[in-house]
Amino acid sequence: MSNEITFSIDGTIVKGKPGQTIMQAADEAGIYIPRLCYLPELTPHGSCRVCTVIVNGKPQTACTQPITEGMIVENDTPELKEHRRNLVDMMFIEGNHFCMFCERSGNCELQAMAYRLGILAPKFPFFFPDKAVDSSHKDIFLDLNRCILCGRCVNASNDIDKKGAFGFVGRGIHKKIAVNSEKNLKDTNMAVTDKAASVCPVGTINKKGTAFATPYGQRMYDEKPIGSDIEAKNK
Amino acid sequence: MAKPKIATASLAGCFGCHMSILDIDERILQLIEIVDFDKSPIDDIKKFTGQCAVGLIEGGCANEENVHVLQDFRRHCDILIAVGDCAINGDIPALRNNIPLKECLDEAYLNGPSVFNPEKIIPNDKELPLCLDRVYPCSEVVKIDYSLPGCPPNAEIIWQALVAILNNKPLDLPYEIIKYD
Repeated sequence: MSNEITFSIDGTIVKGKPGQTIMQAADEAGIYIPRLCYLPELTPHGSCRVCTVIVNGKPQTACTQPITEGMIVENDTPELKEHRRNLVDMMFIEGNHFCMFCERSGNCELQAMAYRLGILAPKFPFFFPDKAVDSSHKDIFLDLNRCILCGRCVNASNDIDKKGAFGFVGRGIHKKIAVNSEKNLKDTNMAVTDKAASVCPVGTINKKGTAFATPYGQRMYDEKPIGSDIEAKNK
Repeated sequence: MAKPKIATASLAGCFGCHMSILDIDERILQLIEIVDFDKSPIDDIKKFTGQCAVGLIEGGCANEENVHVLQDFRRHCDILIAVGDCAINGDIPALRNNIPLKECLDEAYLNGPSVFNPEKIIPNDKELPLCLDRVYPCSEVVKIDYSLPGCPPNAEIIWQALVAILNNKPLDLPYEIIKYD
């Protein structure tokens, strides 16, 4: 059996290994597929849908779909860009994202994705939901106003930290992240050194005492769009 | 031929976006060569003198006067630009959106730790515009043609957007100048 799978992304021939997902093969080939919930070290679950691509004519999440010989993947199309803009717009209006005082601003993957997609303002009406803030933990600050329900903290705490500090509760618009205790984060066994404390793509899980450490202009996404590091492999 | 007119206004905001307009520095001399300022705090003209090509709106709608001003701008401006995060998403004033209005007023005028109000009066003069139940982004009140994010947007994005719009060119803003903070 061949040890190489050949397929195409937007007409570019890509070679991957058996068992790889589209996302993994694309990353190795220097092709950036936008994503928010995906992190290479966590089990992918396709919850944010931002990495949706068209595979042989059907929409699939690139982070969960294994590659097959000869598959035709569309990624950078006007339709998918519009689809991703709508998803990111909805994430903004369903939370309370006040970038101007958020300690994650400039290093926030949701914000960076909006910049990359050229969003100047969301096109949907704002929900202004009533969300909780939990600053009970001595080292970690939790602001659910900014949560996009990516589930990275849930996976990291379950699979890597083996603590199960976070979980999803509720359904639909009422779905939220909850901590594994009667009351607050301080009542869990979560520590600031846990993987779950450093995987949040937005400003929901923050390490106290680290805010605004990098000056404006030098933050992660100030100069170059998110995904530039992956695309740089292709140059 | 008469020069096109520009109008500006600040609704529920901090005037930071107007400071950013002034931050275009000496280019404001270039600007007044190609446009006239109409109703604006910059020249202190209180009422529209005619139809304007571009209106720049800072701040969201927190009271009825904000709504009237915004609707007046929509009527008098061919192109209406929401400048800054307050105009786009309510921003800091919108932090009150999850608190009932009565609680906000009680905290401000009755219960706040530094409040001295022995007669326990919440200001209710008929001259005062009525507060809305929450702060509304401009796009939820009138149609907005363009949005320039930032708190405040930097002068460069305001300048580049104005130059493009006044020259009837597409708004093709470079990545580095689009910031939400």
